[in-house]
Amino acid sequence: MTKMNMIASLNSALRCQLEKDPNIVIFGEDIGYFGGVFRVTDGLQKDFGAHRVFDAPLAEGGIAAIAMGMSLNGLRPVAEIQFADYIFPAYDQIVNEIAKIRHRSGGEFSAPLTIRTPAGGGIKGGHHHSQSPESQFTHTPGLKVVYCSNPYNAKGLLTSAIESNDPVIFFEPKRCYRGPFYGDPHDVPTWNDHPDGEVPDEYYSIPLEQARIVREGEACTVIAWGTMVHVSEQAIKNSGIDCELIDLQTLLPWDRDTVVNSIKKTGRCVIVHEAPKTSGFGAEMSASIQERCFYHLEAPIRRVTGWDTPFPHTTEWDYMPSPERIEEAIKKTQEE
Amino acid sequence: MTDRKTLITSPYTLGAPPSRPGETTDFGGKWKEQPEDLGRPDPAKCSAQDTASHASGLIRVLNDKGEAKGEWNPKLKSETLIEGLEFMMRLRIFDDRMIKMQRTGKLSFYMRSLGEEAVAIAQTMALQEQDWIFPSYRQPGAQFVRGRSMVSMICHCIGNTEDNVKGRQMPVHYTWKEGRFISISSPVGTQFSQAVGVAMASAYKGDDEVCISWLGDGTSAQGDYHYALNFASTFKPPVILNVVNNQWAISTHRNLATGGRTFAERGLAYDIPSFRVDGNDFLALYSVTKWARDRAGAGLGPTHIEVYTYRTGPHSSSDDPSVYRPADEFASWPGGDPIERLKEHLINKGDWDDKKNAALEKKIDAEVMSAYKEACKFGDLASGPYPPASTIFTEVYETVPWHIQEQREELGK
Repeated sequence: MTKMNMIASLNSALRCQLEKDPNIVIFGEDIGYFGGVFRVTDGLQKDFGAHRVFDAPLAEGGIAAIAMGMSLNGLRPVAEIQFADYIFPAYDQIVNEIAKIRHRSGGEFSAPLTIRTPAGGGIKGGHHHSQSPESQFTHTPGLKVVYCSNPYNAKGLLTSAIESNDPVIFFEPKRCYRGPFYGDPHDVPTWNDHPDGEVPDEYYSIPLEQARIVREGEACTVIAWGTMVHVSEQAIKNSGIDCELIDLQTLLPWDRDTVVNSIKKTGRCVIVHEAPKTSGFGAEMSASIQERCFYHLEAPIRRVTGWDTPFPHTTEWDYMPSPERIEEAIKKTQEE
Repeated sequence: MTDRKTLITSPYTLGAPPSRPGETTDFGGKWKEQPEDLGRPDPAKCSAQDTASHASGLIRVLNDKGEAKGEWNPKLKSETLIEGLEFMMRLRIFDDRMIKMQRTGKLSFYMRSLGEEAVAIAQTMALQEQDWIFPSYRQPGAQFVRGRSMVSMICHCIGNTEDNVKGRQMPVHYTWKEGRFISISSPVGTQFSQAVGVAMASAYKGDDEVCISWLGDGTSAQGDYHYALNFASTFKPPVILNVVNNQWAISTHRNLATGGRTFAERGLAYDIPSFRVDGNDFLALYSVTKWARDRAGAGLGPTHIEVYTYRTGPHSSSDDPSVYRPADEFASWPGGDPIERLKEHLINKGDWDDKKNAALEKKIDAEVMSAYKEACKFGDLASGPYPPASTIFTEVYETVPWHIQEQREELGK
């Protein structure tokens, strides 16, 4: 075990994969010599060679297409899109090509590739460095969509994503790269003091499609992913209410059993995400939960989300779900 | 391209085709360019700039008399040429049968390669069997070269119980892994940049493989075209990137796809050797592709080729080109008919005659008819049977996840 932040643990996952499988290649913008704008690929080119870890021209559509072509011909590429906000030039390649090739080729071809991309707000990134576009991909059959939240699950989930024979969009909550975020921008903790900052140096994996119960409780189920896991944890603490907190980890396909079992126990549910409310993944979950848990629900399912507006710059703390908003939603579920 | 016609030049410029229905297109008679005009550079030593005159000119081998001339003459044996002729005739007869099937409701849609038969056939014949083929929708002929059964191809077009892609794709969107023929995709151009990735993987693994891809003059406006050229230019993998300039993208004439110069010349700016070749000249196509294959195989990277041809038929079975271009425009195309030209060449050489040709045509006719009947035994569009509905739910992922399994159960099939 070593104390790692999320950048180091992701780097460690990539390093283990490069050592283990000669068919792994890693590329993206600024990820080679420089090691990436967030340093996730730091040192990998030096240690594994520029034929395996290299910089790509600034064309996300080209990066996704190259990754697909490589995966069709036996490699297992891991591409980085520098910010999730920049992924849209690659959208056609991801949605029409990468996601569909297995099905449309009758299973003759497949695209076992991973696209890593930092997502979410909290770094004063304004509209184009803060979005959380997971639901743009959960609506696409053929993709797996993963969202890590801490150093330990980042490494384990990225390992499984790379080893998956299906294409995976892997979101990394950039606000949590260097430490958890509890909703107070002036409080900047590191992963040093967090139990999930303890990460094995050696290889391990965490299965996809499985949620993680962060905290057990009886009064209300709170579901979140990415940075919002930590903000929700703070909200639960502030509320003094005995909530069960679930970190969804994989959004497509999501772990409905864990969620449903929890809500059957608590009878109440709050879903938290940074992305806009309308057609956000919380809407899908909410609909699905009521189909399964209608007679167990004691109160309406509540969603605490980003607003249905572009993501702002200096006013981002009023955009992102805060511990206060989440706490209020939890309390409302108790009143009804 | 000095012959670019415009409809207006103010307030902006709008390209236009040479003529519209009711008018007559003047392509200037026979090609001015002759087979002896352009030399064949050494593929091992050639720079992009060495191909500047090839990118603005037109590489030919067959002259107006049907003789093979010039440095680009690949000097193929007659038996190879006859094989090429047979593949092209087979494709044309096959296409005719498929159109009849579409007209009688036995399949939903079709796209012929009419007038462009030489493109995929000559080019695939110039490759090696381990090379990857990443086609657009007018290169199905490559499958004949690689030996795919016509029954299998027709079953795909119908989408019946023997369709290898299980009724999931429109006709002509062939997939055939055994022949290293990667799935055709409707959003045009996406294959071009993927092909560069396929070639990069071959290079990474140290395999002696080349990837060839095609797109059309209209599609060369897509970002994917430029991604492909730029990534090919920077990484120099073994890839052959072809722009099939057949003048028309449905109703959009190539004068709307580019503001000037040839499509081939774009490759020079990417520092990729670039050639413009008569796409109806089997020998020239073969020769240029062989050049590109030799260069890629020697580790010297990509080649960019403009295949200059004419889309003789409609875009698809849903299109009527007489609405937007003179119906007889194809007849004055200087490149003529690729099948007739190769046939004429073989007859000139004394290795072929009309009698042999008629016999071959009859043989192919019978084979196509037999394949058609055999394929229809597995179902046609009008009366089925189709693949089972369960195929909707499989192969979305490696294994069927719970939510898709639930939906399959909801359908109850």
